[in-house]
Amino acid sequence: MSKIIATSAIKGSYKILKRAEKSLKECIKKHGQDQKIEFPNTGYYLPVIYSMTGIKVEKLSDAAGVLEEAKKLLPSVPSGKVWIPYLGGALDAGIATLWAEEIIEAIKYIDGPLPNNGIWLGAATDVILRERGIEFVDGSAPGFAACVGACKENKTAVKVARELQGKNIYVFMSASTDGKSMAEQLVEEGVELGWGTRLVPYGKDITATVYAAGFAARVALSFGGVQPGDFRKMLLYNKDRVFAFVLALGEVDEEKYANAAGAINFGFPTIADTQIPEILPRGVCTYEHVVSNISDDEIVSKAIEIRGLKVTIDKVDVPVAFGPAFEGERVRKENTYVEFGGNKSEAVEFLSMAGSSEVEDGKIEVFGPEVDDVKEVGSALPLGIFVQVYGRKMEEDFEPVMERQIHYFLNYPSGVFHMGQRDIPWLRFSKDAVKSGFKIKHIGTVLHAKMHSQFANIMDKVQIKIYTNPEDVIALKKKAREVFKARDERLGALTDESVDTFYSCTLCQSFAPNHVCAVSPERPGLCGAYNWLDCKASYEINPTGPNQPIKKSETLDENLGVWKGINDFVYKASHQTLESFSAYSMIINPMTSCGCFEVIVTILPSINGVMAVNREYPGMTPSGMKFSTMAGMVGGGIQTPGFIGISKFFIGSKKFIKADGGLKRLAWMPKELKEEIRDLLEARAKEMGIEDFLDKVATEEEAETEEEVLEWIQKVNHPVLKMEPMI
Amino acid sequence: MNKNKNKISPDELSEDRAVREIMEKMAAGDLKEIETAFDRAQTMKCCPIGSGISGICCKNCAMGPCRVREDRTGLCGATMGTIAARNLARHIAAGASAHSDHGRDLAHLLGLVAEGKAPGFKINDELKLLKLAKNLGISIDDRDTKEIAKETSKKALSLFGQQLGEIDLIKLAPKKRQEVWRKNNVVPRGIDREIVETMHRTHMGVDQDAEHILDHTIRTALSDGWGGSMVATEITDILFRTPQAVPAKTNLGMLDNDKVNLVIHGHEPTLSELIVELSNDEEIIEYAKSKGAQGINIVGICCTANEVLMRQGVSPIGNFLSQEIAMMTGAIELMVVDIQCIMQALGELSKRFHTKLITTSAKCKIPGATHMEFKDNNGIELAREIITMAIDNFKNRKEVFIPNITDDLVAGFSHEYIRYALGGKFRESFRPLNDAIIDGRIQGVVAIVGCNNARVPHDKYHNFLTRELIKRDYLVVLTGCAAISTAKCGLMKPEALKYAGEGLRSICEAVGIPPILHMGSCVDNSRILTVLSEVVSEGGLGEDISDLPVAGIAPEWMSEKALSIGTYFVASGVYTIFSGEPIPVESSQEVKGIITKKWEEKFGGKLEYVSDINEVLNKVIGHIQAKRKALKIDVKKERVLFDMEARRGMENV
Repeated sequence: MSKIIATSAIKGSYKILKRAEKSLKECIKKHGQDQKIEFPNTGYYLPVIYSMTGIKVEKLSDAAGVLEEAKKLLPSVPSGKVWIPYLGGALDAGIATLWAEEIIEAIKYIDGPLPNNGIWLGAATDVILRERGIEFVDGSAPGFAACVGACKENKTAVKVARELQGKNIYVFMSASTDGKSMAEQLVEEGVELGWGTRLVPYGKDITATVYAAGFAARVALSFGGVQPGDFRKMLLYNKDRVFAFVLALGEVDEEKYANAAGAINFGFPTIADTQIPEILPRGVCTYEHVVSNISDDEIVSKAIEIRGLKVTIDKVDVPVAFGPAFEGERVRKENTYVEFGGNKSEAVEFLSMAGSSEVEDGKIEVFGPEVDDVKEVGSALPLGIFVQVYGRKMEEDFEPVMERQIHYFLNYPSGVFHMGQRDIPWLRFSKDAVKSGFKIKHIGTVLHAKMHSQFANIMDKVQIKIYTNPEDVIALKKKAREVFKARDERLGALTDESVDTFYSCTLCQSFAPNHVCAVSPERPGLCGAYNWLDCKASYEINPTGPNQPIKKSETLDENLGVWKGINDFVYKASHQTLESFSAYSMIINPMTSCGCFEVIVTILPSINGVMAVNREYPGMTPSGMKFSTMAGMVGGGIQTPGFIGISKFFIGSKKFIKADGGLKRLAWMPKELKEEIRDLLEARAKEMGIEDFLDKVATEEEAETEEEVLEWIQKVNHPVLKMEPMI
Repeated sequence: MNKNKNKISPDELSEDRAVREIMEKMAAGDLKEIETAFDRAQTMKCCPIGSGISGICCKNCAMGPCRVREDRTGLCGATMGTIAARNLARHIAAGASAHSDHGRDLAHLLGLVAEGKAPGFKINDELKLLKLAKNLGISIDDRDTKEIAKETSKKALSLFGQQLGEIDLIKLAPKKRQEVWRKNNVVPRGIDREIVETMHRTHMGVDQDAEHILDHTIRTALSDGWGGSMVATEITDILFRTPQAVPAKTNLGMLDNDKVNLVIHGHEPTLSELIVELSNDEEIIEYAKSKGAQGINIVGICCTANEVLMRQGVSPIGNFLSQEIAMMTGAIELMVVDIQCIMQALGELSKRFHTKLITTSAKCKIPGATHMEFKDNNGIELAREIITMAIDNFKNRKEVFIPNITDDLVAGFSHEYIRYALGGKFRESFRPLNDAIIDGRIQGVVAIVGCNNARVPHDKYHNFLTRELIKRDYLVVLTGCAAISTAKCGLMKPEALKYAGEGLRSICEAVGIPPILHMGSCVDNSRILTVLSEVVSEGGLGEDISDLPVAGIAPEWMSEKALSIGTYFVASGVYTIFSGEPIPVESSQEVKGIITKKWEEKFGGKLEYVSDINEVLNKVIGHIQAKRKALKIDVKKERVLFDMEARRGMENV
C-alpha cells in the first residue's frame, strides 16, 4: 500500500533535511555565511535547485535560504487513522530531499570528504554534460538508470550493468546496501567504470543520488530551452523526453524512499528488486510509479517497459559485448593483446562503391596473420580495411559518410579501441577480448552488420577485405590516398551557391522541439557531426527521417543568406515559432540552436568584434560569462541576436558571419580551440590576405576580460579596428 | 398533537442513526407532541396539481389559479407545456437568484475589505485573487493587492448589472462548450438581467413557446453556475482561503455535554468565520468557564457548516432535515442562522427549549427568533455579542440528550487542492485523474448533490447511490446536504476505501483520498464545473464536457437552487438525474421532451426525473459506459513505448 511509501519517504526527507541543516550549520560556523559553495565547473550552480527555483546558490547563506524553503515543503507524516491525502505531500518531500542533498554534496566540496575520490566521480562538469547530452539527443543513449544500493551478488551487478550498457542506457550509481554499492561490486569484478563506459559511480552516500537528478535538470536547461525557475516545464520535459528510471537494489530505507519520491516528480519510476509496496496507477509518471519484487533477470527489461521506452538494438555476432556504451572504453597498453596503426604500424581504412558483380555480400576475408599468429603480446600488426559496397541507390558522395562510421562501429565491441580515420587509424584489441575469442575477422563481422542496419536504404551488399601484411596495406593506402584527395577537392568545390538544395536537421527535436538546423555545403550542423553530405546520405537512407531536402528557391537576401524556401520550411518545422533566419548573420535573425553546438560565438560590444568559445573550455570568457551560462541563452531553439551556436569548422568557412564582417571580427578564442583548428583558420586567413591574422586573435593567455581584449587588439592592430560598427 | 404520529418507524424515515435516536426518544418521552418536518410530511400530502403529477397549476394572474390538464388550457389559452415551462423557469430563476445574491454580497464584501471598511476580514488567498482578477480581464502587473481587490470587486459586481455581451467567467469553459452556447444564443449577458427577464417572460401573456422559455431558462441557470455561484465560490476562497484537505468529525455526537454549543446554520460563511475565530479567543473561553462550561463548541448545519468545515474543519452535526432534530437534544445554547434552507419551524421549536435562535441576515427574519443584524462593519462585535449570549444561556440548559454517534471524515477538496493532491506542488495537475479514467481504474465521475426532502427517507438515496457507485469504481464528488449525508454514514473517511471497487481503491491508496470527495457547499457546485473544464483541457477525454464519462444526480432534492444547479449542469453538457420528488413538469410530455431529448441535442446534457433509485443507478452507469465507448476507452489499450523517432514527433511541452 502506498501509504507506507509516502510515510517512509516523508520520514526520510525529514532525516535528510536534518542532515543538511547540521552540515550547513557547521560549515557556516567554520567558514562564515559568505563562504563560496558550488559544484565544480558548471554554470548551473546547484542544478536541481537552480532549475526549479531560479536561485543561484553561490554562498552558504544562499543555501540556508533554500533549506528554509525546503523545510516548508515537508508535510506531516500521514496519521494512522483519518489520514489526509499523502501523495502530493510525499512528492513535495521528495523535492525537498533533492534540494537538501545538493547542499550536503556541495558542502562536501568545501569540507570533504571530496565527492570525487577513489572510484567515485561526484558532480559531472558541464563539459561532460554537453558531450553526453548529445547522446541523449541523437538517441545513442535513450536514458539513464539511477541504480541505488547494491545487488545481492557481484555477478548480478555485472549482469545488470552489462544489460543496461547493451541497451545503451547510462548507469548512474549511488548509495549502498549493507555497506556495499553497486559500483564497488563492479570494480571488484574488474569492470571499467567512468563516463566513457556509461557506468558512472556518483558516490556511496545516498545523497549522491541527487547528481542523477541534477544531470536531468541540466539536460532540460541546456537542451530543452527551459528557463531556470520554470519547475513545471523542467519536470515535464524530463517526464516526456528523458527516459530515466530508478533501480532500487536491496533494502529500501526511508532515505531511499525520499529519493524515489523526488525522482517521481521527474517522471522517473522506481523499480525494486525487493518486496516493497507498489504504486501502480499512473499520471505523475507515464506508467507505474513504483513496481517491486522484480527478479534480477527481468529487472532491466521491466524497468524499460515501465518507463515506456523502446530500445532497438542490433544483434552483431561477435564473442564480446557490443554497443555504443563501450565506445568510451579504453584499452590500456598493459591490457593490449595486439594493436594496429597509431604510428606503430601501417594502417588505413577505405570504403568504396563497386559493381554488383564485384561485391559478394557478407564475404569477409583476412589476408595475413590473425590474432592467433601474434607472437608477442602487445605488439603491432599492419592493418588495411577495405570495405566495398554495392547499392542501387549508392552514390560516390556517400562513400566518405559511410567510411567515417567505421570509427564508431569499431568502438562498439567491448575490448576494442579505435581512433582516427582514413590513413591514420589506431586500433587496439584487449587481452580480454582476444581471450573471449575476438579475432581480426570480427572487424568484418561488425562492419557488415552495422553497415546493413544503418545504410539499408542505399546499400544492398557489402564485403570486407582485411589486410594484415605490410605490402597489401601499403598498396591499399596508396590507392586510398588518391581517392581521399579527389574527395577533398570535390568537397572544397561545393559551395552554398553551387547547390539548389540544403538539408534540414531536426534530429534534436526529441530534446529541443522547436529547433531546426539548415545545413548547407558551407555551414555544417552546429554539432559538427552532420555536414551537407551526411544529411544528403541520411535523407536517402531514411526519406521520412530528420534530414529533409529543402529547396532554397527565391533568394531574399544574398548577403544575409535568406532564402524563401528555407524560411518556409523553418517556419513549419519550428512549429511556427521562427519566421525567418539568416545563414550568414549572428545579428539579424540568427539560426537557433538545440544545445549541441561545439562553439558559441558572441559579440564583444566595446571591441566591435566577436569571441568564440568551445564547450570544453571551463573558464570565464571576456563576455563575462562561462560557456554554460551562454549555452543557457542560446539553446532550446530560441533566436538570440548576438549569439550563435556553431560547429568548430564553421569558423573557417567563407560564410562564417559573412554578413557581419566574417572571420576578421574574431578577437578572442581559447588557446585549445585555436590550436585545434589552426590549419583551417590559417588557410582561410591566407585566402583573405591577412596571413598573420591568427596571431592577432587573443586567447586566455593574452586577455581574460573585454577590457583586456580591447587593449590587446589595439596593441596588435587587429583588423577589427578598421571595420564598420557591427550593429 | 397529531394522531398519525410515528406511524412510520424512525428506521424508515431516516438513515441517520442519531436522528433515529432522537425520534425514538421523542416518541417515548414528553416531547411527544412536538412536530417536525418528518411528521408534517405524513400528515400533509403534496398538492398533485402543483407538483405537476396530475396536471399543472398556473397562478401567474388573477384569472387563475388554473388547473390545467392535457385536454384543458388555462383561461388565457395557455397550454400545459407553456405553463410547465413557465413554472420551471420561475423556480430556476428563484434558485439562481439565491446563489447569485449570495455571490453579490461576497463581491461587495471584497470591495469593503480592500477599502479597509470591513473589520475582521482580510484577503487570505492572494494567488486566487490574482487568478480571478485575470479571469475578469483586470490587469495585474505590479499593482497593489488592495487595488486589484477593489477592481475585482467592482468588476464582479458589474457582472450582475451587465446588460449586453457575455459574462467573463464563461471563458473558463472549454472552447467547444462556449461555441455550443453561442450557437444556441444562451450565453448570459448579465446575472440579474437573465433572472429579471425570466420573471418578465413568464408574466401573463408574454413568452408562450415552451422551448423558447426553456432556452432562456438555460441562460438563467448558466448565469448562476458560471456567474453568481462561481463569483461566490471564488471570492469566498479569496477571503477565507481556498480549502485544503482537512480531517473532521460529524453528526449529533459532536455536540458537547460540557461546553457551550453554538450552532451555525444557513449558507453564508462570513459572520460564521468570525464566530469560529473568536471561539478560540482565550478571554472568551475564560468567560465560558466562568459560567460553568468547559469551553465553547461551534458546530454547523447545512451549507454554513460545509463552508466552515471545508476551511476550518468545524463539525457539521447534520444536514437540512437535522435542523429541528438537533434542537431537540436540548444541548444547543444558541443557533445562529443566515440565509436559505432555514425552517420557519425553528422559531416555534426554539421556544420549547432554552435554545436561542438568532437571525443575522438583513434578508431573513423569522418569527420567534431574535434578530441581530450583521452589517459589513459590525462583524467582530456581533460575533462577540452572539457568543456571549450563547455562554450566558448555558446556565439555562435543562434535560440534555446527545446521541453518542459520530463519524470521521476528510473534507476540503477544492479543485485547486485536488490538483495538488494528485501531483504535489511541482507537478499538480488532473493528469493522474484523467489517466485513471482512461485506464478504467475510475470508470467515471458522478456528482451527487442537493438537499434532503422530508418526503424521501432522510439520506437514504444519497448513501445508497454513493455506496453502489464507489463499489463499481465510480468516483463520487459531493456538495451540500448530500456531502454531509455520506459523511455521517462513514463513507467520507479515507478508511472507506475498503468499500470501493478494486480500481478506485488503487487510486485512493496511491493518493490517500477517501473514495468520495467533499467539494463544498451547494454554491460550490461551480467547483465541479471548473474540475470538468480542467479535466477536458488536461486531454485524453474528448474536447468538451459533454464528452466526459460523468453524470450528476440530485436524489433528495427539494430547493429551487437544486433545479438551477441541475440545469446549469445540463447546459454545461452533463446528464443530470433528479430523484425523490418529481420535477414539477412531470405531466407535460412536451416539456419533458424538451428538457431531455431537445436539450441533449442542443447541449449534450439532459435533465431527467427518475423515481426508482435503482433505475437512477442503472441509467447513470449506462450513460457513463456509453461515453467511455464513444471515447474508445472502454477497452484496455496497449502500452505505448517510445523510441527516438516517437520522441522527435512529440508535441512541444
